[in-house]
Amino acid sequence: MTLNGWLQILLFCGIVLALVKPLGAYMTRVFAGERTFLSPVLVPIERGLYALAGTSEREEQRWTSYAFAMLAFNLAGLLLLYGLQRMQGMLPLNPAGMAAVAPELSFNTAVSFVTNTNWQNYGGESTMSYLTQMAGLSVQNFVSAATGMAIAVALIRAFSRASGKALGNFWVDMTRATLYILLPICIVLTLAYVALGVPQTFGPYVTATTLEGAQQTIALGPVASQLAIKMLGTNGGGFFNANSAHPFENPGAISNMLQMVSIFAIGAAFTNVFGRMVGNQRQGWAILAAMGVLFVAGVAVTYWAEASGNPLMHAFGLEGGNMEGKEVRFGIVLSSLFAVITTAASCGAVNAMHGSFTALGGLIPLINMQLGEVIVGGVGAGFYGIVLFIIVAVFVAGLMVGRTPEYLGKKIEAKEMKMAVLAILCLPLAMLVFTAISSVMPSAVASIGTAGPHGFSEILYAYTSAAANNGSAFGGLTGNTPWYNVTLGLGMLMGRFLVILPALAIAGSLIAKKTVPASAGTFPTDGPLFVGLLVGTILIVGGLTFFPALALGPVVEHLAMLAGQTF
Amino acid sequence: MSQAKSASVLDSRILIPAIGAAFTKLNPRTLARNPVMFVVATVSVLTTVLFLRDVVTGGGNLGFSFQINLWLWFTVLFANFAEGVAEGRGKAQADSLRKARSETQAKLLTNGSTTDYRMVPGTSLKVGDVVLVEAGDIIPSDGEVIEGVASVNEAAITGESAPVIRESGGDRSAVTGGTQVLSDWVRVRITAAAGSTFLDRMISLVEGAERQKTPNEIALNILLAGMTLIFVLATATIPSFAAYAGGSIPVIVLVALFVTLIPTTIGALLSAIGIAGMDRLVRFNVLAMSGRAVEAAGDVDTLLLDKTGTITLGNRQATAFKPVRGVTEQELADAAQLASLADETPEGRSIVVLAKEKYDIRGRDMASLKTSFVPFTAQTRMSGVDLEGSQIRKGAVDAVLASAAGVAQSDVVRELQASADEIAKAGGTPLAVARDGKLLGVIQLKDIVKGGIRERFAELRRMGIRTVMITGDNPMTAAAIAAEAGVDDFLAQATPENKLQLIREEQAKGKLVAMCGDGTNDAPALAQADVGVAMNTGTVAAREAGNMVDLDSDPTKLIEIVEIGKQLLMTRGALTTFSIANDIAKYFAIIPAMFLAFYPQLGVLNIMGLTNPQSAILSAIIFNALIIIALIPLSLKGVKYRAVGAGALLSRNLLIYGLGGIVVPFIGIKAIDVAITALGLV
Repeated sequence: MTLNGWLQILLFCGIVLALVKPLGAYMTRVFAGERTFLSPVLVPIERGLYALAGTSEREEQRWTSYAFAMLAFNLAGLLLLYGLQRMQGMLPLNPAGMAAVAPELSFNTAVSFVTNTNWQNYGGESTMSYLTQMAGLSVQNFVSAATGMAIAVALIRAFSRASGKALGNFWVDMTRATLYILLPICIVLTLAYVALGVPQTFGPYVTATTLEGAQQTIALGPVASQLAIKMLGTNGGGFFNANSAHPFENPGAISNMLQMVSIFAIGAAFTNVFGRMVGNQRQGWAILAAMGVLFVAGVAVTYWAEASGNPLMHAFGLEGGNMEGKEVRFGIVLSSLFAVITTAASCGAVNAMHGSFTALGGLIPLINMQLGEVIVGGVGAGFYGIVLFIIVAVFVAGLMVGRTPEYLGKKIEAKEMKMAVLAILCLPLAMLVFTAISSVMPSAVASIGTAGPHGFSEILYAYTSAAANNGSAFGGLTGNTPWYNVTLGLGMLMGRFLVILPALAIAGSLIAKKTVPASAGTFPTDGPLFVGLLVGTILIVGGLTFFPALALGPVVEHLAMLAGQTF
Repeated sequence: MSQAKSASVLDSRILIPAIGAAFTKLNPRTLARNPVMFVVATVSVLTTVLFLRDVVTGGGNLGFSFQINLWLWFTVLFANFAEGVAEGRGKAQADSLRKARSETQAKLLTNGSTTDYRMVPGTSLKVGDVVLVEAGDIIPSDGEVIEGVASVNEAAITGESAPVIRESGGDRSAVTGGTQVLSDWVRVRITAAAGSTFLDRMISLVEGAERQKTPNEIALNILLAGMTLIFVLATATIPSFAAYAGGSIPVIVLVALFVTLIPTTIGALLSAIGIAGMDRLVRFNVLAMSGRAVEAAGDVDTLLLDKTGTITLGNRQATAFKPVRGVTEQELADAAQLASLADETPEGRSIVVLAKEKYDIRGRDMASLKTSFVPFTAQTRMSGVDLEGSQIRKGAVDAVLASAAGVAQSDVVRELQASADEIAKAGGTPLAVARDGKLLGVIQLKDIVKGGIRERFAELRRMGIRTVMITGDNPMTAAAIAAEAGVDDFLAQATPENKLQLIREEQAKGKLVAMCGDGTNDAPALAQADVGVAMNTGTVAAREAGNMVDLDSDPTKLIEIVEIGKQLLMTRGALTTFSIANDIAKYFAIIPAMFLAFYPQLGVLNIMGLTNPQSAILSAIIFNALIIIALIPLSLKGVKYRAVGAGALLSRNLLIYGLGGIVVPFIGIKAIDVAITALGLV
């Protein structure tokens, strides 16, 4: 580890923190339907869309209608994206002449993009037409992110509204998230990426003659525009197979910083939106602080593990950290930092191969996802995810101060507890059960790239990434088989909708409750005590479940490495 | 009985039946009420079957698997035992109550007669029947006195042997079945049928027979069930993971890991905590009609307290002598004392006491002074003494002024009036004193705020509870007393209507309100309040409306009730935290032991240095069972409540039960490992 490395980490944290307030203020205005500097341009478009859809911003929905609208919209998106892939051969904007995508892979990919996971069992430049990438994948990149944001806003309203029944309007929230937040920022980012050398073209792939005289096809396409939303919407699905390690998708240090900041920007700002809407920004900062503690701890371990490198290599006189699978232009610190950010935030874009990390370096991305992507987390998803843990934390804490537990004046009772437990339960269900089946199924084990504990980690990582809606891969595992395509798809659906539905049910139950005024008997949820409690709850409730699996994967691999054994 | 008795947990009269109960509670239907322990019992059955199979086939490590099985069953038995001990403490009380319920004969009045009766068994009485109860009779059932007045011994219920007066009309008309009339007679209209009397309810409450799960308990059970399911997933997937690595794990080891991981500690003690909470209330002579009410008490935000009897002593007392110009305090005190020597009212006696304490004026022999006492009458509104040739009068200011009229002392009148107004403004009552028509000054009588009550209110404020004083006084007097007592707010000139109104307003703000009351006119407010404590001396209506009854009829107890409610929730929270925090150490004991055969490297995780895999697993499961026994006293006594802010309380409990919960099992498991290794059990 170097001072320079830590300064880069510090710089990243500084930029994210600086963005929290302005972005939070702007997003709060947007979701409240207040005027912003973009209103003159966007209000007519927004009105037109509502008129077209036959809805109105005054029409508010209860949690059931809100959930129904969300499900209907996502199902439609799923079918559309599936159809587009199956028929891309007959559709325009296909200069490379890509054929129809296989059914299981189409299902996996459709689910993957609708659930904001962007797990890719395909190589983008060798499977998808420009039309599929733009009208299918990119569109889902926007709307799946907007779906997450809408759910988070609905949940925040459950706390901020004194009592009532309606959570807002799904169509309105989603339209505003897309029009006012995602699109404008993406336009700016796209132009920036183009300026930094990322291609943006409809032209066909270029054929070049290499120095040895060989012919090489260089893939191009509308990369910059997809890159912008891939990061900002924490989608992570790369235009190219190598994702953000590809020089056209991430040319250098500045584009790398832009990408890292975009992953965290909206998720971090959501804590501020929450604070503003409930009328006490400190509440938001406390949540962000808990996320921050877990994040910095993760960065420290990964950076330390990668910088320490492999003692077996040192024995050969190869000093220094672990550079395997890393791009030289990013080096150890930016690769480690990127890996922790992308797994903390449910993004899944990668600028280095996580499977090539040291065992402990790869352990952190796994844990980040197993905790349920609540360290900043996916746009919106991270927020409603951490609220589930907050409910468990304040429940136990509330009992310990001798009162019926409450959070921000809303009582946490049996219904909320039931839903929170259900949501928390579905992650180990999807992650562990599918891993358990796959690790004893010969055809599934055949897909792994490396034997031993590392191979086990590959399977565990795949299902963890799917259920956490992350989308990053450990590499090595051949995921494009019917078994993995289908089960990973199911894992993604469980990890997305079995969390969203309980979260909305909680919102529906909480919004009807009266807000109890705070007193000296209510324990403060905006101080360091709460931050510590929340961190502890996330680690113990979210983490303990995976202890045996982690012990048999990365932990044993690390111990074996120390003993001189590699896999 | 008004003080909480300190009952030892180690009372053999409780322990021996509890051991029996530990076995009878193995009934699946009883176990099913507790999801965590039900799961433990189910897996114990499974491993026992597997053990028996191994005994027959001769496979496996029988000694080890026998010991694990044994401790698994102990875990369940210990949980049942904890519940048995908690119930046992209530049973002793129930038995003494049952004696009072013994078969009584009732004098049922027939045909609307007031004297003709026939003897019927007490259990045959129906609601609406009218019975005659005479001196020496046991009152056959709950009822309301419709005629007569009698002294009643209620020791059977309250434990207080001094008799109380019960009379028709007013707020003392309720009588309870099982109590005995000592003198005179009453006619009683029966208000409760056999089996549903106050005494019956009390018995079932203290026995915990009718215990319903409270809302917070239900929510906590969901969390515990959820944690159990999560650990089902965590352990059920291990065999596949092990198979991938080329190893296999015996079922007994998996079960051991599972049982130690699920929150058995809190699961085992949860119902004992609930029963003990109700029991603590009973020990304070308060009966809660439901566990829900006890929980609500912990949540109370606003406490409505009657001024008289709760905040003030109930009698006004002399606190100062304020002479007019030209008269010394000594002179005034002397006259006032003389006028009051024969005055037996509390006010009169307090004047004598004040004169003695402040001016050292001793009691004098009235006879030797040849005085005659002039008692207070509603007409004169004065009292006093006639000495030889001298008259001293004290009384209401205007009455004394009127009697002293004709004496040209308008300046003095004005001065006296002014100081009387001042006293009234400060919440006191002025009494004027005159000797032979000459005004001497005024005595200040004040409502005396109970000693230590100000501190109690400060304590409540730190607990986050707002206190509101209810009084019939005018706002000026009320404000003065409120300021002196340190309550947060007051409701002056209170009527049943504006009391109810106040409760509704508080509730509309999302607050929980507690109050106590005894009169029939308190009933609507008692019913509206979230916690309504009816005084046992009160009317039937009040007792029906409230959700708690205070047998001692001591309104200050509301404060203890709130503390007991909080303690109940805190104990649950603390043990849940402890239970979950224990898992870390258990993982470190079992995981390396479990995987050692195929991944010897994981031996590094054996940070406790446990002897061998078997001793590690056995130690963890023994610790898991023994910690239940070790925590029974805490779950019965409850976690200590301190009136500090919620933040301070939480950090304290997190430190003890959270951090303690992480550290204690590391020490405990290591100690057990050392012990069983020394004993050669593994």
